[in-house]
Amino acid sequence: MRRSLTVSERLDPSRRITLLAAGLVVVLVGLLLAFISWNGIQLFTASHVPIAEVLSATWAPDAGAATSFGILPFILGTISVMAVAAIIAAPLSIGLAIFMAEVAPPWARAITRPAMEIFVGIPSVVYGWLGITILVPFLRENGSGLGFTVGFSWFAGSLVLALMILPTISSIAYDALLAIPADLRSASLALGTTRWQTILHILLPAGATALTTAVVLGMMRAAGEALAVQMVIGNRPVIPTSLTQPMTTLTSQITLDMGNTVSGEPWNEALWTMGLVLLVMSLGFVALVRVLGRRRVVGA
Amino acid sequence: MRRAILIDRMATVVLWAIAGLVILILGAIIVHFLLAAVGTISLGFLVGDPSDTTVGGIGPILWNSLYILVLTLAITVPLGILGGIYLAEYAGEGPVTTAIRFCQELISSVPSIVVGMFGLALFVGATHWGFTALSGSLALTVFNLPLMARLAEQAIRAVPDDERQASLALGTTKWASIRHVVLPLAIPGIVTGIILTAGRIFGEAAALIFTSGLSTPTNYDFLNLNVTDPRSPWSPFHPATTLSVYIWKLNSEGLGAFVRQIADTSAAVLVIMVLGFNLGARGLGRALQRRITGA
Repeated sequence: MRRSLTVSERLDPSRRITLLAAGLVVVLVGLLLAFISWNGIQLFTASHVPIAEVLSATWAPDAGAATSFGILPFILGTISVMAVAAIIAAPLSIGLAIFMAEVAPPWARAITRPAMEIFVGIPSVVYGWLGITILVPFLRENGSGLGFTVGFSWFAGSLVLALMILPTISSIAYDALLAIPADLRSASLALGTTRWQTILHILLPAGATALTTAVVLGMMRAAGEALAVQMVIGNRPVIPTSLTQPMTTLTSQITLDMGNTVSGEPWNEALWTMGLVLLVMSLGFVALVRVLGRRRVVGA
Repeated sequence: MRRAILIDRMATVVLWAIAGLVILILGAIIVHFLLAAVGTISLGFLVGDPSDTTVGGIGPILWNSLYILVLTLAITVPLGILGGIYLAEYAGEGPVTTAIRFCQELISSVPSIVVGMFGLALFVGATHWGFTALSGSLALTVFNLPLMARLAEQAIRAVPDDERQASLALGTTKWASIRHVVLPLAIPGIVTGIILTAGRIFGEAAALIFTSGLSTPTNYDFLNLNVTDPRSPWSPFHPATTLSVYIWKLNSEGLGAFVRQIADTSAAVLVIMVLGFNLGARGLGRALQRRITGA
């Protein structure tokens, strides 16, 4: 049973000071939500740009009298580049997690585990730099048969992102697989199944929710990643239609335009609206992870 | 049955191949940068002036990176450890604890570019500081503080309860036992956490473009110790491009052979430093563990 705190415990200065330090994060989150939301709605409230225009596909912020602030290409761009990155990274990273948890002999695990941590730590500009100096020229020179024209493309963006989220997903997936009770494995193997049958019919179903969570967290990282994507994606504000062609994302456009615009003009306000959209997307991911987490507890 | 065994063998081969591929890619990345570094990294480059158009140099930029790193750690480490102590030792279950944990989770999910925009609005705009090293450090604090608090909390929770009870049984106050018994035992874990965080801070760029800015003074006079003078390298009140931001900036300036070589070398420096942080965290954590536990 939990007892409530006595008066002296409540007034304990060390308790209060540490509480202030821990509670600072709540203040920061409050300020962040307030600042981004306030700036994000200025496009509608101060510049009176109609919502229908903002949701349109035409991005022409400097077209004189015919300006249009449609951010649909950026939203669809972010979603499509993220989706393809997840499609590439999910099987590889879950495969790697299964390898580390079930197949790897101790010496191989001693290599893969630290390698994952180093992988996670490589800064995103480094991935972007590799993308722009190696991947993009490679696609341009060897991919013309497949339709790559300039190399900068949806595919290049997704591939760089896939590489970045691979260690994230596999680390979380590995922990999830380790958390599955050993009894399940032994029971299955005792029935004479092969290791792969146990993985496929016992471990993957038992860990399905946790593995989904791992992929969702990887997608969240992909959606928010800015510089690496900006460097390889080509930054063309069109609705994405082809993996081989340049496109753009919310983060790329914010990165590129923020410095060229002046606070208070609609172009600048549109960038803040994109920031708000990104924030709402990441809150959506947090909610999704929470829902998945609850399902895991109920199912256990 | 034979078919099942065959499939099992094939699956094993595929899993080995995936692991091999991933390790190969990582190894290739590291070797690529180590090779790029051989012959191009020199002391002259590391301390040189970026506006030098024959050799290039990253002196002031490297200084900015280290300066922002130290400033950010100076803010986040004490606050993070205090917050971690609260969460591990004092927090019960209730709305306050729930709110803190929820906000920690929320911040870790916010894209760093959005944190950069928040920093632009608050630390650059509202304060009228403009693009400064301090604005950059505060933006980095926003998402590293919760991380640090969480790392400290885990390290403190990992200290066995016996230690606390033995200390309390001697009649010490709760704070004294935290301060003199629990915290020293948690130090190895906390130090490992700090160095790993340092690697992240060192590599971060998206949150800094809008806060510490894309420019830097190049003529640092290290004898100028006046911290309110924006020309002093010791002052937090001047724009401060970091190494990561510099690499990103170079890519948008067109890829001439010279620019490319500078960016390659800078990226190599960045990768080597981040690798150093990672290996350092492991080594130091293990060494401290041995010393403190006396094993």
